[in-house]
Amino acid sequence: MRNTERLAVLGAGHVGPVIARLAIAAGYPVAIATSGDPDDIALITELVIPGARPRWASDAIADADIVVLAIPLHRFAELDPGLLAGKIVVDAMNYWPASDGVLTAFEDGGTRGSSEIVARRLAGSAVVKALNHIGYHELEDRARPAGAPDRRAAGLAGDDQAAVAAVAELTGRLGYDPVRLGGLRAGRVLQPGGPVFGQVLTLPEFERAVHEDARSLS
Amino acid sequence: MTYAFGLDTFGDRESGADGTPLSHAQTIRNVVEEGVFAEQAGVDFFGIGEHHTDYFPMPAGDVALAAIAARTGKIRLGSAVTVLSSDDPVRVFQRYSTLDAISGGRAEVILGRGSSIESFPLFGYDLADYEELFDEKATLFAELLKGGPVTWEGKTRAALLNQDVVPHLESGPFPAWIGVGGNPQSVIRAARLGFSLALAIIGGPPSRFAAYSELFRRALEKFGQPPRPVLVHSPGHVAATDEQAKAEFWPRWQNVIALVAEERGFAIPTEASFDRETGPDGALYVGSPETVANKIAANVRALGATRFDLKYGLPGLTHDQLMTNVELYGREVIPRVRELLA
Repeated sequence: MRNTERLAVLGAGHVGPVIARLAIAAGYPVAIATSGDPDDIALITELVIPGARPRWASDAIADADIVVLAIPLHRFAELDPGLLAGKIVVDAMNYWPASDGVLTAFEDGGTRGSSEIVARRLAGSAVVKALNHIGYHELEDRARPAGAPDRRAAGLAGDDQAAVAAVAELTGRLGYDPVRLGGLRAGRVLQPGGPVFGQVLTLPEFERAVHEDARSLS
Repeated sequence: MTYAFGLDTFGDRESGADGTPLSHAQTIRNVVEEGVFAEQAGVDFFGIGEHHTDYFPMPAGDVALAAIAARTGKIRLGSAVTVLSSDDPVRVFQRYSTLDAISGGRAEVILGRGSSIESFPLFGYDLADYEELFDEKATLFAELLKGGPVTWEGKTRAALLNQDVVPHLESGPFPAWIGVGGNPQSVIRAARLGFSLALAIIGGPPSRFAAYSELFRRALEKFGQPPRPVLVHSPGHVAATDEQAKAEFWPRWQNVIALVAEERGFAIPTEASFDRETGPDGALYVGSPETVANKIAANVRALGATRFDLKYGLPGLTHDQLMTNVELYGREVIPRVRELLA
C-alpha cells in the first residue's frame, strides 16, 4: 500500500510549506492548516504549495494519518492535544533559544529533549521527532530519490515502533535515508547544539557524527 | 524596466593590512568613506543593517547614513535592515524622516529582523513576542508614513491620539520595504500593509523565491494595493578574479559563520557548502565582476526583481579590499548587469 497515508501539515511559515511540497511531490495527499481561517492561506497554498488543500486545523487533523507540527514552538501550548489523540505526530519543531528566545516550559536543564516535552503534553499521540535538523532553505534542494548517489540522511526518534516505521517511510519518500536513532530520548541528538543540527550529511557521515557525540549514548 | 543596484553593509569590523582588527570607531569611519565612494562608483543605493556585536559594531546606522548624506547628492540611503520589533516605530520614522530631510529625499527603510537577535535582550524584548511586536509596529509605521496626525492603539507601545509626528515628510512617503527570509505569511503581510518586498536570500537556491514574487503581486491585487517593487538582498564579494574573490572571502566567511554557529548551535560551513553557495544555484555572489554580474542578472530575472542589493564586506576584510569591491561593483558589475537585462 503506497500513497494512501494522508498528511496534515500544521504551519505555513518557513518550514511547513517546504515539507508539504516534498510530500506532494512524493504522492501524499496533503492538507495544510494554521491556527486561523484557511481562506487566509488560500493564496499561499495556490502559489507556494500547489496541490495542497488549505483547511481548518481541526478538519485537517481529523482526516489525517500523520500530522506534521511545523509551528513555532512558542505557539505549541495553544494547540489542543485532544485534536491530535490517536494520530502519528511528526515533531519538526525545535527549541532554539538562541534564535527564538527562551521558553520556560522547555527549560529543564537539558535533561529532556524538546520532543519529550511535546510528547508529554500529547499523551494520546505517537510522537516522532523528525524533519527538524535540516534547514528549511536546504531541505527541498537536497532531497534525492532512494538509491541516488548523493542522497543524504535524516534522523528520527520515537517510542512507538509503528509510528517510527511510518515516519521512516515518510522520510525516505521525501528524499532522505531515514536513520532511526531509538526512543524519543535519543532524539536529543537532532536538536540545536547537537552534532547533526543544520547539517546535510550522507548516511556514513551522519552515523559517524552521532556516534562521536556523547549525547547519543544515554 | 528600470533597475537599481545597491550595496549593503552591517558595519563588518575591518582589519588592517596585517590582519589586526580595527577599532569600532575606525570601522564606522571607513563605512562612511565606502558609502561616499559608492556614489562616485555609480551605485544607486547604500544600506546599513542594524547590528549590536563586536564583529558588526553598527547599532546606529542612520547616524552613519546622515554623514554619507552630507557628502553625497544622488545615492539613495537606507537601513538594511532596521530591527523594528525591538525599536519604537515613532523613533524609527523620526530618524529616517530626518535623514530624508538631510539628504533631500533620498531616505529609505527596510524593516525586518535580519538574522540577528541581539537587540531583543539588549532592549528588554522577548523573542517569543517577535510576531506580535513586528505586526503591530509595522502597522503603525505604515500609518506614520502616510503623513498627517496618527491615531493608533496596540499592546506594544503607548497609544497615539491624533498625534502630529515630526519632522513632516517633504515630498511624500519614502520607500519602505519589509525584509522577508522565506516565510510566505510575511510576504502577505508586506502586501497587506502596503510595503515593498525585500527578499533576503542568504542560503540555498535563489530560484525557490520566484513563487514569492508572484505571491506578493497577487496579494497586492487582493488587498487593492498598487503594484510595488521586489528587491533581492544577498551576500557576496567582488575582486579582480574569481580565485582572488574566493580567497579573500572564504576564510572570513568561515570565521563569521563559526561565530554565529557557536552562539546559535548550528553547523559551520564546509568548503563543499561554500562551493555550492558560490556556484550558479547558490546564494553567495563571490567572484570576478563578470561572474557576479551574470549571477545577479539571472536571479533578478528569475525572481521578477527590479533591485538587487549586494551585502558586501565581512569582518576581517581590509578597507582597501572593500573599496575595490565597491569600485568593481559600481563601475563593472552594475553596467554589465544592465547590459544583460536590456
